[in-house]
Amino acid sequence: MRFTLIVELEDKPGQLLKVIEPISKIGGNVISVVHDRHKVSPLKRVPVEFVIDVDTEKVETLLNRIRESGVNIRSIDEARMLYTESFLLIGHIIHTDLSDTVNRIDETGFAEVVEIHITMPKVSEPSTAIITISARGREELGKAKKILREICEKKDILVIEPLNEEST
Amino acid sequence: MIKIALIGFGTVGRGFAKALIYNRNIIQRKIGEFRVTAICDSKSSITGDFKIEDAIKYKLDKGRLPENRNAEDIIELGDFDVLVETTPTDVFSGEPGLSYIKKALTTGRDVITSNKGPLVVAYRELMTLAERHGAKIGFEATVGGAMPVVKMIRDELAGNRIRRIRGILNGTTNYILSRMEKEKAPYPQILSEAQELGIAEADPGYDVEGIDAGAKLVILANSVFGKDVKFDDVEVRGITRITPEAFEIAVEKGYTIRLIAEADEDGKLEVSPRLVKLTNPLAIYGTLNAVLIETDLAGEIFVIGRGAGERETASALISDLVDFYGNCSFH
Repeated sequence: MRFTLIVELEDKPGQLLKVIEPISKIGGNVISVVHDRHKVSPLKRVPVEFVIDVDTEKVETLLNRIRESGVNIRSIDEARMLYTESFLLIGHIIHTDLSDTVNRIDETGFAEVVEIHITMPKVSEPSTAIITISARGREELGKAKKILREICEKKDILVIEPLNEEST
Repeated sequence: MIKIALIGFGTVGRGFAKALIYNRNIIQRKIGEFRVTAICDSKSSITGDFKIEDAIKYKLDKGRLPENRNAEDIIELGDFDVLVETTPTDVFSGEPGLSYIKKALTTGRDVITSNKGPLVVAYRELMTLAERHGAKIGFEATVGGAMPVVKMIRDELAGNRIRRIRGILNGTTNYILSRMEKEKAPYPQILSEAQELGIAEADPGYDVEGIDAGAKLVILANSVFGKDVKFDDVEVRGITRITPEAFEIAVEKGYTIRLIAEADEDGKLEVSPRLVKLTNPLAIYGTLNAVLIETDLAGEIFVIGRGAGERETASALISDLVDFYGNCSFH
């Protein structure tokens, strides 16, 4: 996933490395770096904005490593939805009010439906959709999954969940 | 001399009998001399001095065996050290196998079975009964056919904490799903194809509704996680509603769909169709079975093999026989 990270660095040589090194070691990719010298903080620190692309599972580790190197993280992309999972739905998805299904996830505030791909072979036959949900954290994703399961059970829609490949 | 009584003389029972003939030397090197002292099917039997070959021939020619003793009589006679039980599976009552197994264990005889029913219905009861009477019960053949699973976890992974087991435990549904993925054809069409090929039964419910995989999961969970769960504890969903479009959409995202049986140390017990990454070892094709075992010390262990078939099941039954009576030599 891609997210924006704003850190405060001391105004002396070698500081940028404290952020870039952990990103590189974890296999992430720096998309852009904006070094804003006009906004030096009262403690003489320079805010630097990074856009980073890294595997979702590695984000927490990366942020911890950056903190461990003594760098102050000012903000991380407000609307960050770190955990994403896709689910297949089979059933009368449209007839049972698709927007209601989506709204129920979105109104949680901690999770949202970010993608839906739906196919309807014939009007009377069940349709098939893949729905992608993003959430703030692993736990929130679990809650969103539970909501999805409950809605679909009531609407008689079959949910096919992914096999989580992270080890227990 | 090990004396074997064989109850159940259908495909599996005869497969076992044939394997005893073909691999007699190999087996004898492991367990010493052995003899089959009784065979019976649902209506007839053969006892005393007979050759296994003749029993098979008689059954194929006449559709039965020469004598009229039934399974109870044979267990009563008690002229055996080990009962090999291969009667048809009923996961809801466990019968008729359950009564035969209990009776044999109660008289201190060892039992080897390929029949899931008794273990699904009364796993803990049978283990306790065996222990109390100083008998052993082997059931490698009930899960994953020829694939070593039960004893591998018990012996080779002894000392590991088993965290999670996920697997494909039913070859019929895996065949149907992998064909749907390749052909983008609807479920009923692929099901008829599987029935024509003899991969699916005329009444496919047992497989496609996930019952067979659920039964195997119960046995695995009880033996691996030391639980006392029953079939009703498994959340079971089958594959009958899956559309061909589901595969098209899934593949675009790098997934396929497989019927996965999953049990973990926290008590999860589920058989359901799941999205499986195409790069996951469980994304297997055809009638194969596979199990991915997650452990604390050994990490992940992946076993793949043929889950059904008379020779494959015979392999598992014989592995229990050697486990019971083998002298541990590798010569």
